[in-house]
Amino acid sequence: MSLIDLQRDMRTWLHVGDTAGSRAPAMRAGLAVYQNNYRAQLIECLATSFPVTRDWLGEAAFRYAAADHIDAVPPSSWTLDAYPRDLPATLGRLYPDDPEVAELATFELALAEAFVAADADVIDTARLAGVDWDRAILRFVPSFDIHDVTSNAPALWSAIINGDPPPAAAMLPEPAGLLVWRKDDVSRFRTTDQTEVQAILRARAGAPFADLCTYLVNDLGEAEGVAAAGRWLGQWIGEGLITPIEGEFPCVD
Amino acid sequence: MPPAPFSGFGIGLRKPHYAELLQQPVDVDFVEVISENFMVDGGQPRRILRDVRERYPVALHGVSMSIGSADGLDGAYLKRLRALVDEIDPLFVSDHLSWTRIDGFNAHDLLPLPYTNEALDIVCANIDRAQDALGRPMLIENPSSYIDFPGADMTEWEFLDHVAARTGCGLLLDVNNVFVSATNHGFDPVAYLDGVPADRVRQVHLAGHSQGSDLLIDTHDTPVCASVWDLYAHVLPRLGPVATMIERDDAIPPLADLLAELAIARGIGCPALEAAA
Repeated sequence: MSLIDLQRDMRTWLHVGDTAGSRAPAMRAGLAVYQNNYRAQLIECLATSFPVTRDWLGEAAFRYAAADHIDAVPPSSWTLDAYPRDLPATLGRLYPDDPEVAELATFELALAEAFVAADADVIDTARLAGVDWDRAILRFVPSFDIHDVTSNAPALWSAIINGDPPPAAAMLPEPAGLLVWRKDDVSRFRTTDQTEVQAILRARAGAPFADLCTYLVNDLGEAEGVAAAGRWLGQWIGEGLITPIEGEFPCVD
Repeated sequence: MPPAPFSGFGIGLRKPHYAELLQQPVDVDFVEVISENFMVDGGQPRRILRDVRERYPVALHGVSMSIGSADGLDGAYLKRLRALVDEIDPLFVSDHLSWTRIDGFNAHDLLPLPYTNEALDIVCANIDRAQDALGRPMLIENPSSYIDFPGADMTEWEFLDHVAARTGCGLLLDVNNVFVSATNHGFDPVAYLDGVPADRVRQVHLAGHSQGSDLLIDTHDTPVCASVWDLYAHVLPRLGPVATMIERDDAIPPLADLLAELAIARGIGCPALEAAA
C-alpha cells in the first residue's frame, strides 16, 4: 500500500472508525490508542476552550455536543486553536430554542481570539490636538471585533465567571452588539445598542470621522448626534480601541 | 550540516512555570517550548516568549509540521514558523518523525510512518522543503509508536540515519520514546541506541509514560522511570555534547520537582560527558 493510501485509510479510521482495524487485527490495539488520542484531544480542546458554556450546559450535555461536533467537523487547521471556531454553529444546531448556548460559546471564543490577536499601538491622547478631524479615519486595533447578541449571554458569562448563581436565560428586548477587544493583555467586552454598532461598522468600513458625525447628526439630530460622536470617540480612545489616526499631524514645538 | 552542538540541561517550559521562570533565575541551561503555542498573531504568549528568550536559550519544538505527510507540507504553517524563528533565534527547531495531516484533515496526533523506501523519499523531500523555508537545519525526533507496520524496509534507527544523511538534519533522541516503542513492538532498545547515528544527535528528551491496557503510552505525566535513566546513561557516552531536557505535559509538577528530576539527569550526564570528552 502506498503511503498516501495508508494515510487516507488511517484518517478514515480515526474519524469514523471504519474496517481498517478488522483488516489488520495485529494493529487493532495500536489503532485504538491513536483513535482514543484523537477524540480525547479534541474533546479536551473544546472543554478547555468553553469552560463557561460547559458549566451552563452541564458536563454530560457538553460532552454530547462535543462528540456530535467531532463527528460532524473534522479538524483541518495546523493549530488546535482553530478547532473551537465551529462549535457555536454546532450548538446553534443542537439548541435552536436556546440561543444563549451558542451565544455563550461565541462570546468565549471571541475573548480567546482577542487574547492572541496581533499587537498594535493605540493612539496617544497627547497627540489628539494635532489630528485633522475633517480627514481623520479611525482604525480599530486588530483584537477588536463585534458580535450580535440576542440573549443575556454576557450576563450569564459574568455570573458564572464570578461564581454567582446565573440568572435565567432570557432574550434581550432588542438585539445588541457585543464588543470584544484586548487591552493590557486582558480580553475585555461590553454590550451596546445598535446605534453605536452602526457607527462602529461605518468607521471600520473606512468612513472618515467627519462622515460619521454627519451620519449621527442625520440619525439622532444635531445636538445628540454631535454629542454621541464626541462621547463615543472619547470612549473608544479610552478603551484602547483606536490605533494612531490617519491624518494625524503632531503638534510641532 | 546539523546545528552546532550545545551542551546543557533544560526543561520543557509549560504555562504553570512561566511566572516563576521570569521572576527569578532558575538553574536551567535552556528551555524548550511547543512552537505552535506561540505561533499566534500577538498578545501575552508572544510577549512571554520574548521575555523568556532574553533570559535563556530557547528551543522550538513542533508537533504539527507533519513531516511524513504524503501530500507535502503546509506552506502557511512554514511561514508562521519562520516568523517565530526569526523573532526568537532559537537554539534548535525540531519536530517529529510522524505525520498528522492528509488531504486537509489534521489529526493533531503524532501518527506513525511505515519505514519504507517510499516513506523515506517523502520524509526527506519534506525536510528539505522545511529546512529551505526555515533557513536552517532542523532536528527530527523519534516518536513513540503503537503500530508496527508490516513490510518495512528498515528499522526506525536506520530510517533516521538515512534521513539525517540525506537532508543534513540533526536528531532529537527521545529516550523514553525508544523505550516505549521497544516495549510495544518487542525490539531491543539498546540496539536502537547503539544504531542511531550519534554524531547527528543534538538534543535528548527524557519523559515518563504510562501502562495502557495493552501497550505503553507516551503520556508525559509521570517522572522518568529507572529503565529510561539506564538507557540514558548507556547512550550518553556515544553522543558527546548534547542538550538534555525533561518533558512534562500533563500532571505538571511544581518547578522545584522538575528541577530535582533535572538534577538526576545532570548527575548521570555530567560524568558521562566528561568521561567521553
